Amino acid sequence: MRLMLHCFSLVLMLLLSACGEQPWNDPYPARDAGKNILYSAFSDRPKHLDPARSYSSNEVQFTAQIYEPPLQYHYLKRPYTLIPLGAAEMPRPVFLDRNGRTLPGPSADVAYSVYEIRIRPGVRYQPHPAFARDARGRFLYHDLDAEVLEKINTLGDFAQTGTRELVAADYVYQIKRLAHPRLHSPILGVMAGYIVGLKEYAGQLEKIYQARVADGKNDEGGYLDLNQFPLDGARVVDRYTYQIKVRGQYPQLLYWLAMPFFAPIPEEAERFYSQPGLKKKNITLDWYPVGTGPYMLTVNNPNRQMVLERNPNFHGEDYPAEGETEDRAKGLLADAGKPLPFIDKVVFSLEKESIPYWNKFLQGYYDASGISSDSFDQAVRIGGQGEVALTDDMQARGIRLSTSVEASTFYMGFNMLDPVAGGYTERARKLRQAVSIAIDHEEYISIFTNGRGIAAQGPIPPGIFGYQEGAAGVNSYVYAWRDGRPRRKPIEEARRLLAEAGYPDGRDGKTGKPLQLYLDITASGPDDKSLLDWYRKQLQKLNVELVIRNTDYNRFQEKMLKGDAQLFIWGWNADYPDPENFLFLLYGPNAKVGKNGENAANYDNPEFNRLFEQMKNMENGPERLAIINAMVDIARRDAPWIWGLHPKKFTLYHQWYFNAKPNLMANNTLKYLKVDPRLREEKRAEWNRPIVWPLAAIMAVLLLGTVPAVIVYLRREYAPPKLPQSAG
Amino acid sequence: MIAYIVRRILYAIPILIGVNLLTFALFFVVNTPDDMARMQLGMKRVTPEAIENWKQERGYDKPLLFNATAAGTGKFTDTIFYEKSVKLFVFDFGRSDSGRDIAYDIQQRMWPSLVVALPILLVGLLTNITFAMLVAFFRATYVDAWGVVLCVTLMSISGLFYIIGGQYLVGKMLHLVPISGYESGVDAWKFVILPAVIGIISGIGSGIRLYRSVFLEEIGKDYVRTARAKGLSESRVLFRHVLKNAMTPILTGVVAGLPLLFMGNLVLESFFGIPGLGSYTIDAINMQDFAIVRSMVFLGSVLYILGLLLTDISYTLVDPRVKLG
Repeated sequence: MRLMLHCFSLVLMLLLSACGEQPWNDPYPARDAGKNILYSAFSDRPKHLDPARSYSSNEVQFTAQIYEPPLQYHYLKRPYTLIPLGAAEMPRPVFLDRNGRTLPGPSADVAYSVYEIRIRPGVRYQPHPAFARDARGRFLYHDLDAEVLEKINTLGDFAQTGTRELVAADYVYQIKRLAHPRLHSPILGVMAGYIVGLKEYAGQLEKIYQARVADGKNDEGGYLDLNQFPLDGARVVDRYTYQIKVRGQYPQLLYWLAMPFFAPIPEEAERFYSQPGLKKKNITLDWYPVGTGPYMLTVNNPNRQMVLERNPNFHGEDYPAEGETEDRAKGLLADAGKPLPFIDKVVFSLEKESIPYWNKFLQGYYDASGISSDSFDQAVRIGGQGEVALTDDMQARGIRLSTSVEASTFYMGFNMLDPVAGGYTERARKLRQAVSIAIDHEEYISIFTNGRGIAAQGPIPPGIFGYQEGAAGVNSYVYAWRDGRPRRKPIEEARRLLAEAGYPDGRDGKTGKPLQLYLDITASGPDDKSLLDWYRKQLQKLNVELVIRNTDYNRFQEKMLKGDAQLFIWGWNADYPDPENFLFLLYGPNAKVGKNGENAANYDNPEFNRLFEQMKNMENGPERLAIINAMVDIARRDAPWIWGLHPKKFTLYHQWYFNAKPNLMANNTLKYLKVDPRLREEKRAEWNRPIVWPLAAIMAVLLLGTVPAVIVYLRREYAPPKLPQSAG
Repeated sequence: MIAYIVRRILYAIPILIGVNLLTFALFFVVNTPDDMARMQLGMKRVTPEAIENWKQERGYDKPLLFNATAAGTGKFTDTIFYEKSVKLFVFDFGRSDSGRDIAYDIQQRMWPSLVVALPILLVGLLTNITFAMLVAFFRATYVDAWGVVLCVTLMSISGLFYIIGGQYLVGKMLHLVPISGYESGVDAWKFVILPAVIGIISGIGSGIRLYRSVFLEEIGKDYVRTARAKGLSESRVLFRHVLKNAMTPILTGVVAGLPLLFMGNLVLESFFGIPGLGSYTIDAINMQDFAIVRSMVFLGSVLYILGLLLTDISYTLVDPRVKLG
């Protein structure tokens, strides 16, 4: 009886606690109501938060707020402009010849470029136990014993924290970490080709590491002190200055310097985290970042929630005062000069499925949202002329829409090593051009992406130097410029090209056999059937049969590496806003087959290669543009890709969300965002009033339903026994 | 009984080796160590050297099952299978391929799974037995016939429909509980209540059908006829005699599933954002993280074997005629 009373009291208490002012369906704790918090989500747990390793967008969305590389992109200016972040000013390269003599400027004699980077003094790291010291100045937590480790489960379990000033040596330390044998930095391969001595340094560390493993010194978590091993290409000049030395000219280095790969790492942190007991509890530098940025990671539960909170030691930065001309009208300069960051805390919740995410956004529990295909019609209306507008429901909620063309390209590639579709003969070229015309990507965008994309005219997406608007930017092999816009050439033109290629009416002119092309794809879901049917129909226009070779991702990768595919679908997201980052996808020495590069089509045109080498290190200007145009024209003619599309990103923001401007290059944009928590609270309360009567109705129906059952039961239980009737 | 338990534990060893071998074979039929490395290292700018280093560091550079170049027993022990399997038998799960400690992650994730699974089991059991008794009480009437129709209908509806429908109706339209999410401690109740109710409703059709048939089988037995002949009321017959005897198959079925409660429910956890073990294995398969896959399959097998052992033991508790020897 007492137990029942306790249970009843508990249920009553829980129900009463739910009846406060907070909406019942609020997924966040009541203590956070009205606070200056931004609510977001992540669908895949990040794999790495170590800046030497993290590369994918779901990782960089955290690391970019915590770590501060030397440079960053201006938040508002377009075209994308680099500005100092950790650095005191923009570094200028000094060019050296083979003998180490300084050259006046870029020239063919440049053997090395030296970037001297001066950092801002007085910058301090976030509070962290790795810096905590005792009264005698010794580190408190660098030599933890088993008893202490037993009580540690998260970083918050350490009672003491400390900090220290950022120095140039921390940047150099991180460059050395790129070569650490246990880190597998994804950019080691690229950087080893440029930073002087980095390749050899990686080899040296590997040998040292293996020797230590053999000696039993470097078991899991063993610490390898990189300060003992100098690197030629990265050296400390003084407390606030360091140098990076690269081979030849490499102006793209500046873009890399805006990525967390080049953010500073304090060696104390690596020493602290390398204690085996911490690693056993998943407390590693790969999971608990230590930075100087505006935010620090205070809750790190990739299974449920990640929380960034304002770094109390942040050095301070002001909201930009300049931008594009329309930014002022949009209110994006209203906060000019105000100190950053605006938001105190950012809560990222794990949301694996798009439906709950979308519904919670509509309830006001997420501040911004993309639009999945399922909810597109609910959110967006496409007009007769293709104009995009929010639906009435979205407008009534005060939701705003932002669209931007992504710096990405998705294409269908031909394997240039394939005996039928590949090669550089006129026959193969015309076949590819014919297929390029037949596959109608405007229709694809309309059917499969709800109009979210623009048909590509070449490899370079809008917003990147080298992209040409209007008639000048049209791929004349596939389109004609008419009535102020590109028009896909008629299918008759494709048939003519196909006949010229030796396949009249889709049949081989010599053998008479129908032409078959093979598309390798990893489409496994039931929704993909319509897409595959669509592809088949596109080639049926030419009487060409498209055979779909559906395969799992691993086999697909294997086929691509071996060059066994004929047609395939691929994509690329820009690392940085330079045409080199797209044109290198067609550079011969970067082929997938044999060289494991990113040139998935294995395209190898000597003229294109020559121009690429000429263009890649040039400053943006008319001369570079002319070379890019020539390269793009070569590629269009050879048609190693069916140019596909550049996707458009649609983002919805609630009315309490401010300063949002799509920036496709910068990832450290949380510091610029602002929310109005009071308005959010009001709207949440208005939109989420609990409706209880249907529950009461259901209960009533159930109760009523039991009445006949009870009557029948009572009749059966208490009915007088039936006596057998007498025969007479 | 102790001898029986020891014998069952010894029987479990070859079973676990077999399960481990099967998991290993199935995993490596569709994935190669190179695929695993590429998945972990990312797709952009991965060099063959990085792939080789990754494999070497984690021991995936060795032969899968037989090392022809090794000498003596090394032919079998210096292989991926041996090195990755042996530690499992002392429950040393090691690190995932992305570097996280698996045992720690399992410890963290099993409680949310349990918090959802336990009310589904207990309340679901109570609900199913109650309704099954009711249907059995009204056997061969319209209530029974329509009850069976309703149960079959409930069984025929996809679990996903209950989840999405429940979220839409209760979370989105009525605003009664959060659509998804999780909090630990006392605050967990408002996140657990909807998935628990959905879990119960989605299992109610099959549960009632199963228990109804168990009860009907018991009702047809001699001792029930004797009880009725003695003049006992139908409710007394059902609750005092039939239920007690029907508990043997019910209890043993439940006991077998008890250890597996920790393993969680994949779809439910995924849609409600519950950080349990249910989605852990599927995430690992998607990420080609063999270390987690083999650990979870091994753990599942151990818990299943434990469940079966507990079932046998529970037989002796509910039926004194059963002796384990």
